[in-house]
Amino acid sequence: MESMSATLDIGDVSFLGANSMAQEKIVLTDEKVGRENRTTVGNQFIDDARMTCRDVNVYYGDNHAIHDVSIDVGRNEVLAMIGPSGCGKSTFLRCLNRMNDTVDSCRVSGDILLDELNIYDKSVDVVPLRAQVGMVFQKPNPFPKSIYDNVAYGPKIHGLASSRAELDAVVESSLKKAGLWEEVSDRLDQPGTGLSGGQQQRLCIARAIAVRPEVILMDEPCSALDPIATATVENLIAELQEQYTIVIVTHNMQQAARVSQRTAYFHLGDLIEVGSTDRVFTNPRHKLTEDYITGRFG
Amino acid sequence: MQIDEKESTMDRVKVGLAKRYRREKRFRLFGLGAIVASISFLGLLFVTIGANGWSAFQQTEILLDISFDGEQFDVDNLSSANYGALVKNSMRSLFPEVKGRTDKRKLYKLVSTGASYVLRKMVREDTGIIGTTMKIWLPADDEVDMFLKGYIQRDVPESDRRLSDKQVDWIDRLVADNRLEKKLNTTFFTAGDSREPELAGIRGAVVGSLFTLAVTLLLAFPIGVATAVYLEEFAPRNKWTDLIEVNINNLAAVPSIVFGLLGLAVFLNVLGMPRSAPLVGGLVLTLMTLPTIIIASRASLKSVPPSIREAALGVGASKMQAITHHILPLALPGMMTGTIIGMAQALGETAPLLMIGMVAFIVDVSGSVTDPSTVLPVQIYLWADSPERAFVERTSAAIMILLAFLISMNAIAVFLRRKFERRW
Repeated sequence: MESMSATLDIGDVSFLGANSMAQEKIVLTDEKVGRENRTTVGNQFIDDARMTCRDVNVYYGDNHAIHDVSIDVGRNEVLAMIGPSGCGKSTFLRCLNRMNDTVDSCRVSGDILLDELNIYDKSVDVVPLRAQVGMVFQKPNPFPKSIYDNVAYGPKIHGLASSRAELDAVVESSLKKAGLWEEVSDRLDQPGTGLSGGQQQRLCIARAIAVRPEVILMDEPCSALDPIATATVENLIAELQEQYTIVIVTHNMQQAARVSQRTAYFHLGDLIEVGSTDRVFTNPRHKLTEDYITGRFG
Repeated sequence: MQIDEKESTMDRVKVGLAKRYRREKRFRLFGLGAIVASISFLGLLFVTIGANGWSAFQQTEILLDISFDGEQFDVDNLSSANYGALVKNSMRSLFPEVKGRTDKRKLYKLVSTGASYVLRKMVREDTGIIGTTMKIWLPADDEVDMFLKGYIQRDVPESDRRLSDKQVDWIDRLVADNRLEKKLNTTFFTAGDSREPELAGIRGAVVGSLFTLAVTLLLAFPIGVATAVYLEEFAPRNKWTDLIEVNINNLAAVPSIVFGLLGLAVFLNVLGMPRSAPLVGGLVLTLMTLPTIIIASRASLKSVPPSIREAALGVGASKMQAITHHILPLALPGMMTGTIIGMAQALGETAPLLMIGMVAFIVDVSGSVTDPSTVLPVQIYLWADSPERAFVERTSAAIMILLAFLISMNAIAVFLRRKFERRW
């Protein structure tokens, strides 16, 4: 109970503190690193945000996995979320399209707004929400169906294509956007599971963008890929950024530095620092962030 | 010093190695022995059943000259004619020297009582044969059949034999005249049960089994799959679902005769359903196989990787769409395998069906699920219980049929699994 009230206080502070206070924050010393020093530093709020998260808490049963996270996701930006294993970055990402609903014991409090709509409102249907906020998973998970069916599945169930020709066009443009068309155009009827790992992951990206989402969530999309496939996917992310808002979770700091404009550092369920990627990597304001990006732990 | 130490290590390893390899060899031999033992037991089973049963697929028939005497028949009432007399006349003309009531009766006994049914059927189908004389193969009595197959020995004293010396004499003469021959036993596949072994067939039991299994499949598969899907995908995890799960697992271990008693009490006594009917048999077997199907279906639902579910939900499929489009198709091979194994179990089940009266002696081949009927394992039980020597081979033959059904069902299960199983 005591810890609960403590975290709530911090939430208030971070909320009120907003941008101005965060700018003057002093880098905390080792000895002082503790519960009370986990207030988010940096500029977590931006104008004209696509997604707005305020005081998000996530519980798995009795386990308090995410503490009072408040952050904005801007339009057409790539937001990278980094942090050591178990820091809650994936958990938080999965809140953004309510993927955590599938976990029985999971409870989410706080507000997450997508264009003024609170996605955790009782009246919100997760089906259209997930069409708006697409997701790419850590392990490539194509359906055990043909390449064509993999991409066409989303448009089909949402009724986005009224004819076969239209569906063909959606499949083609999605595969082109995912940079996979050249490689698979002659074997669309082959099973998607027969592709290489990197191709499978791009197929999953094509599947996600086929339903024309506004936001794409990527949960360590390259962790199962080799460096060449990773580079392909990273280039793809840069291209997709022109049309989509992308939130990417990664444990690869170089990748975060390469693909993102803003970076958020999570530590044990707390959002520690948010800022432009350049600034966070060159001049971290929080001791924990500095320790992580200089490789002292993680 | 160092070298010495090294050598001693090597030596020790070598000593130990030999022991390790011996142990491994022993274990391998033990496993091999187990396999050889189980295969030879299986082989013994198949060989005994085959050796006992193959002769049932042949049946001795007797060639008689039947004269369809016009005076015997009333065209408006063909059934009333004395067909037995036709057979008797024919036998008398073959052996004109046989006199006296007792001897004549013994002579007539060489032909099956079923012969007159064969003749009646022929006349009914074609009244044109009335007034003609025809050579017809008619079933011989089961004692004659057993004698020709060598199960009744000639050198046994007459008093210990089912056939008298005179009858053996007549049989020898018939064989010499090429009037007695072993032919393919079509009756066995086309007739229902009978008190006369030569007229008894497996068809009634096969049809009964098929009806019963059809009822079981139609009820158990959809109910089982729906239960499994609900419990696995929709039901909240709480003490009630835990209780249900424990009970389903327990039900799988309940002795089948208990289900038979339940069927007797509920379906027959309370609901007043017909006795001995495949419908009730199917209901009882549904209760019995449901736990098997539910457990197998849940296991195969669990084995679908969660990533597929996430992928479907991630593109905005509703829960039901994720299940019907992705999870069910992937889980279906496992569900079908479980169902077929449950069905095979149901096919071989005897005890619960005894309780609901499917053990009755039923001659007709049933035409619907409410007609009285019996099933293969019960038919085997009934024949094994019959005193006639000729039923021994029929019992084994029926077991062969049952095994053929079981093996083909399992083969289908393997085939379905191979065909529809997907890897990822």
